[in-house]
Amino acid sequence: MVNHFLFDIMPNYTEDDLAKDLEKKEYKFGFTTNIESDRAPKGLNEDIIRFISAKKNEPEWLLEYRLNAFKVWSEMTEPEWAHITYEKPDFQDITYYAAPKQTKKYESWDDVDPEMKETMAKLGISLEEQKRLTGVAVDFVMDSVSVATSFKEKLKELGIIFCSFSEAVQDYPELVREHMGTVVPTTDNFYAALNSAVFTDGSFCYIPKGVRCPMELSTYFRINEAGTGQFERTLVVADEGAYVSYLEGCTAPQRDEHQLHAAVVELIAKDNAEIKYSTVQNWYPGDEEGKGGVYNFVTKRGICGTNSKISWTQVETGSAITWKYPSCILKGDNSIGEFYSVAVTNNMQQADTGTKMIHLGKNTKSTIISKGISGGKSHNSYRGLVQIHKSAENARNFSQCDSLLMTDTSGAHTFPYIECKNSSAKIEHEATTSKIGEDQIFYCKQRGISEEKAIGLIVNGYCKEVLNQLPMEFAVEAQKLLSISLEGSVG
Amino acid sequence: MSTDSNKGIKFTEQLQSTAINIDPDLKKRANDFLKDAELPTTRNEAWKYTRLAKLNKVAFVQNEDTSLSRSFEIDREACRITFVNGNLATNLSDLKLPEGVNIVRLRGNQHEQFKLKTNPEELFGAINLSYLSDGIYIHVSKKVKVDQPIEIIHVLKGSDVISNFKTIIKAEEFSQVNIIQGFFAEDGASSCFMNNSLEIDVMDNAILSLDKIQDENKEAFHISNEMIDQQKDSTFTINTHTLNGGLVRNNLNIRVLGTNCSTNLFGTYLLNGRQHVDNHTVVDHKVPHCESNELYKGVMNDQSTGVFNGKVFVREDAQKINAFQSNANILLSDTASINSKPELEIYADDVKCSHGSTTGQLDEEAIYYLQTRGISKTSARNLLIRAFVEEVLENIANENVRQFTESRLNDRFNWAL
Repeated sequence: MVNHFLFDIMPNYTEDDLAKDLEKKEYKFGFTTNIESDRAPKGLNEDIIRFISAKKNEPEWLLEYRLNAFKVWSEMTEPEWAHITYEKPDFQDITYYAAPKQTKKYESWDDVDPEMKETMAKLGISLEEQKRLTGVAVDFVMDSVSVATSFKEKLKELGIIFCSFSEAVQDYPELVREHMGTVVPTTDNFYAALNSAVFTDGSFCYIPKGVRCPMELSTYFRINEAGTGQFERTLVVADEGAYVSYLEGCTAPQRDEHQLHAAVVELIAKDNAEIKYSTVQNWYPGDEEGKGGVYNFVTKRGICGTNSKISWTQVETGSAITWKYPSCILKGDNSIGEFYSVAVTNNMQQADTGTKMIHLGKNTKSTIISKGISGGKSHNSYRGLVQIHKSAENARNFSQCDSLLMTDTSGAHTFPYIECKNSSAKIEHEATTSKIGEDQIFYCKQRGISEEKAIGLIVNGYCKEVLNQLPMEFAVEAQKLLSISLEGSVG
Repeated sequence: MSTDSNKGIKFTEQLQSTAINIDPDLKKRANDFLKDAELPTTRNEAWKYTRLAKLNKVAFVQNEDTSLSRSFEIDREACRITFVNGNLATNLSDLKLPEGVNIVRLRGNQHEQFKLKTNPEELFGAINLSYLSDGIYIHVSKKVKVDQPIEIIHVLKGSDVISNFKTIIKAEEFSQVNIIQGFFAEDGASSCFMNNSLEIDVMDNAILSLDKIQDENKEAFHISNEMIDQQKDSTFTINTHTLNGGLVRNNLNIRVLGTNCSTNLFGTYLLNGRQHVDNHTVVDHKVPHCESNELYKGVMNDQSTGVFNGKVFVREDAQKINAFQSNANILLSDTASINSKPELEIYADDVKCSHGSTTGQLDEEAIYYLQTRGISKTSARNLLIRAFVEEVLENIANENVRQFTESRLNDRFNWAL
């Protein structure tokens, strides 16, 4: 059974339905929920950090961690190397904490605020339905406070911990303290430092030794409060021999002012463990003139132990600005890193995305498949680093970065960095840039398929390599998302 | 002035600004820029993999002595002009030029004012302008097909000597010419610095091929800033072969300004010891219907470092561009390294552009195959390396230049079977 998170489509979806869907050109999830929230005053200083920490009843070490990060951040400057232009956010004009007023935990689904339920229904995520139809446990994050966590009991039996980050801080402080900041240190970059100082909530997941998580873990992030930057923190730890597949999907309401999102995701795959992390990102990209839209500055990184594997799959269609490089540090011998990405930009969107594969261990392997599609006046850049250190005997990398151009006003750029210090390494990098095939469109049209649909077909075929990596639930919605994101993009 | 004394430019302190003044405005801007210029660090994206701090340890001097213990040549049939440390060595230069070719020295001659392409706000371009030893202007007349190649030889000599040299070439409409640039160092030359600048205009329908052979020594610094403008229907081919050098940086910038142009860039770098060779190339497609091909191959041994940064721009409305770029590298030792950065920046949609970069080692199976045929392991390896670079070398149209390059490589790496 396929579960559609983002699109309330029928099980037997027909071409006519697609046509109807295509007519709804407006951003689908552009609404705001009216829930009075507990907000911190605008601006950022030590007091705000103390306020957030106190609000969340955090232990002393975490407050110290935040304050230290703030100190580091204050001395940093915003990075300017990315191939993007935007108005820099005013960090003093952002509310760093906003929580739905009702913070008490819900025992059962019935206890949940009806208005919130409605929000979820509009999003197409009914928890009840999900419980019934699929084996996906959803940790629904709304404005930084987790309001419902399902399947917890079932996971608990296996010893799997899957909860909001603040809960984890309260209930499993040792685990959090041991792993937090080990992959993305506070000093890593401007946005990671900012996140470390002001993060409000996120998800925490721990899979104990030798346990294979029986279901896809998934979490939804949703930016809701006007002018609230979301600073999520995700930490996934797969202990020795464990396996987990983690899904992350995002939608955001239509807004006029820019919203900042600076998340940090840390993955830790210990010896023989495997983590599969999939993302579908569909934040509000701004209108046709590029007004509004989310700024997405994310730091995602995983570290691999011996014989372990980390696989990143992402479908990026939203955000006005995307600045995101999910990376793998292949520290353990025989470890594997993978990166599969589809990035679609339309109208005035700008994406600078890619990956870093740092080979430290022997016999480490990495694969990079990146597909960029640019329409409208958008710019789509791939920026990747493949670094083979001296210690990485027999390291192997294969990278392929393809770009598809839909209009003569869009841009596609590739900036691969290949650094090799070991003579036994094999590195291949290949990139192509071309236009969507006119003969292919013509062929489809000849067979009675409209141009718009033909493009959807071609693009989906072009991205198949990446979409195939997504879990079933995501693959279907990702396909829809691609078609809708590219509406009217051909020039 | 810079407050941090380490960052300032120290290696030019003993140099005298020269009287050669071919573009006064530009020279003034260069002088102004140099007043508080700093040495770029590896934090600067363009110099990310190349450290220049070594330069500041040498106090370079200018030297006008042109006597040489032996002569240098690449193509024995070419019309040759030799410069020693940037100064004309009259006795080693041919005075009879091929028909239709005119060569003017920049020093001591009155001539038209040039509109230079050099960026005076770039450190080495500015130093070149400010301390220019000499330069030449090669002019090839309209509709002239020059059969005899023109060979410009530069020899570094002495210790701590800097040569700031500028070559300006203009190939007029429908002309065709082969120019050879050879960079050598006399035995015993130590810590010399060739700061080379090249500006070329390839006019409509002209065909210009440039063979650049860098064969200095392990202590030599070499920085080249090359700016080429191509007009419509022209063909420009450059072969950059770095056979020897200490710290080498080639900045090759090609602007394709006219339609229907063809641009070819080929290069090899074979390094050992502590050599460092950095090739930065830019092909900027500003107009439609053009084609560019780029192939660079490198072999790194010992503690050497290779850097390749290839950039292809396809500007807005420059449709129907086919641009191909390829960089392949072989690492022969665990202490050698390669940094490769092939980049594409594309702003037009109806294009076919691709780039590829590979890094690997010699195929063990191929070596084994050759060994089973009675070829020693060393010879087998040499054969494979030779075959690897041959793909690039075979693009040298001038047979003599190709032979010279191959024999120099044979000597240096004992490739003879």
